[in-house]
Amino acid sequence: MSQPDILNQAFELGFTYTRSTGPVVGRFLTELRDRNIVGIKASDGRVVVPPMEYDPDTAEALSEFVDVGEEGEVVSFAWVKEPRESHPSEQPFAWAMIKLDGADVPMVHWIRAGREADVSTGVRVRAVWAEETVGFITDINGFELVPEEMS
Amino acid sequence: MTDIAIVAYHQSKAVSDVGACNEVELIMPVLTEVYRQLGIANAQDVDFVCSGSCDYLQGAAFAFVAGVDALGAVPPIRESHVEMDAAWALYESMLKIRMGHAESALIYGFGKSSPGELPIVLSQQLDPYYLAPLWLDSISLAAMQARILLDAGRISERDMAEVVSRSRRNALANPNAQLAGDISADDVLAEETYVSPLRRADCAPVSDGASAMIICTVEKAREWGVPYALITGIDHRMETHNLGMRDLTDSRSTRLAAEGAGVGAGKVDVAELYAPFSHQELILIRALGLGDETSVNPSGGVLAGNLMMASGLSRIGEVFNRIIAGEAERGIAHATSGPCLQHNLVTVVEKA
Repeated sequence: MSQPDILNQAFELGFTYTRSTGPVVGRFLTELRDRNIVGIKASDGRVVVPPMEYDPDTAEALSEFVDVGEEGEVVSFAWVKEPRESHPSEQPFAWAMIKLDGADVPMVHWIRAGREADVSTGVRVRAVWAEETVGFITDINGFELVPEEMS
Repeated sequence: MTDIAIVAYHQSKAVSDVGACNEVELIMPVLTEVYRQLGIANAQDVDFVCSGSCDYLQGAAFAFVAGVDALGAVPPIRESHVEMDAAWALYESMLKIRMGHAESALIYGFGKSSPGELPIVLSQQLDPYYLAPLWLDSISLAAMQARILLDAGRISERDMAEVVSRSRRNALANPNAQLAGDISADDVLAEETYVSPLRRADCAPVSDGASAMIICTVEKAREWGVPYALITGIDHRMETHNLGMRDLTDSRSTRLAAEGAGVGAGKVDVAELYAPFSHQELILIRALGLGDETSVNPSGGVLAGNLMMASGLSRIGEVFNRIIAGEAERGIAHATSGPCLQHNLVTVVEKA
């Protein structure tokens, strides 16, 4: 008797729909595609990056966009000695909370750095743009350390 | 408000990998044990059932429905589910009883975290546009929070190591613990960092397991004729998902929930806190205003074994056990959800 064929079908685990990111998240992502970073003013005037659609304290809809810098200061970081497969870097790197110039609230992204000792709270970093920007948060391909004499 | 009685509780041993044992096989033994404690036959003997689990752990939409197989849902039962820790299933069940729609409820939570890469699985529950695409893992998030506390001088690495040491030592008396041992803070500090500033020991282990509880009206508890404890307060609060807008050195939502639950109305003999990272226990102790008269995490807490989606319910169960054993008269249990203690639930349990 011949062996029965094993039934196979390719399957990709993912969403089968697309979703509009709307006027706030969409604006931020579109600006990223154009290599520009925008924040939004919260009810109390603080500039929040990336922009939020609603103020977490007052629930007010937010709409006043503000350009912020692509450089900023590290508020906190975690040093990843052994990156995981899905992490954005194959080399050791730092996750960081970064307060961009002109922003009042830090954003979370990652920093390219050779050694843990190179990163510290308060150090200045600059966004590295992806070769091709498409309107994703990963258009910022991490941040790099700004040499001290330049900051 | 009507007091609710806890009449039965059981948790499986936390293990790092249950192997081929599936979710239903994790749930059934804990259900059988709580039925036994009350002398009831099955889920037909309670008015309502509510479970807590996370489909992301199984990697399939509506995976939680398979858990219902553990109940034997024929003839039909009244059943619900929260995509949260089962502590929130308890909250839903209390509402059901207080509305007069049920006199008793069975609650269970389960998690088989071992098949996936848990810190990465949890990254997919973050903001879908700004954070999830970066695959920002749960340990790194906690590490950033710890560094803010260390930089601010609010805690030291030794304080964190002492939390770990106390957890491992307390866990020696907990047969369900996954990690237990007579280790000192110095032993912990001698370890190298893992995701700096955290050491491996600062992080709860990945565990598989389940827990279950039965609650009911006081009248029903008397009818069952078993020892019971009373839930005299419960509240939960959530903070913004924007980490940058939160004060990560404090837990504002825990403070509010504690106020709402009436924690301050009496002495707290025991507190079981859901702190998956050592520094978070220190944040919670401060937010809850706990002092030396309170025994914190006598079970070892979740640093000794962390059943995703069940550990919050287990905290309440642990306090229940202390009260029934006569070791405490009044205790509080805390449950958490989300990165860096985003969402917190506080329950007050008292001797009947």
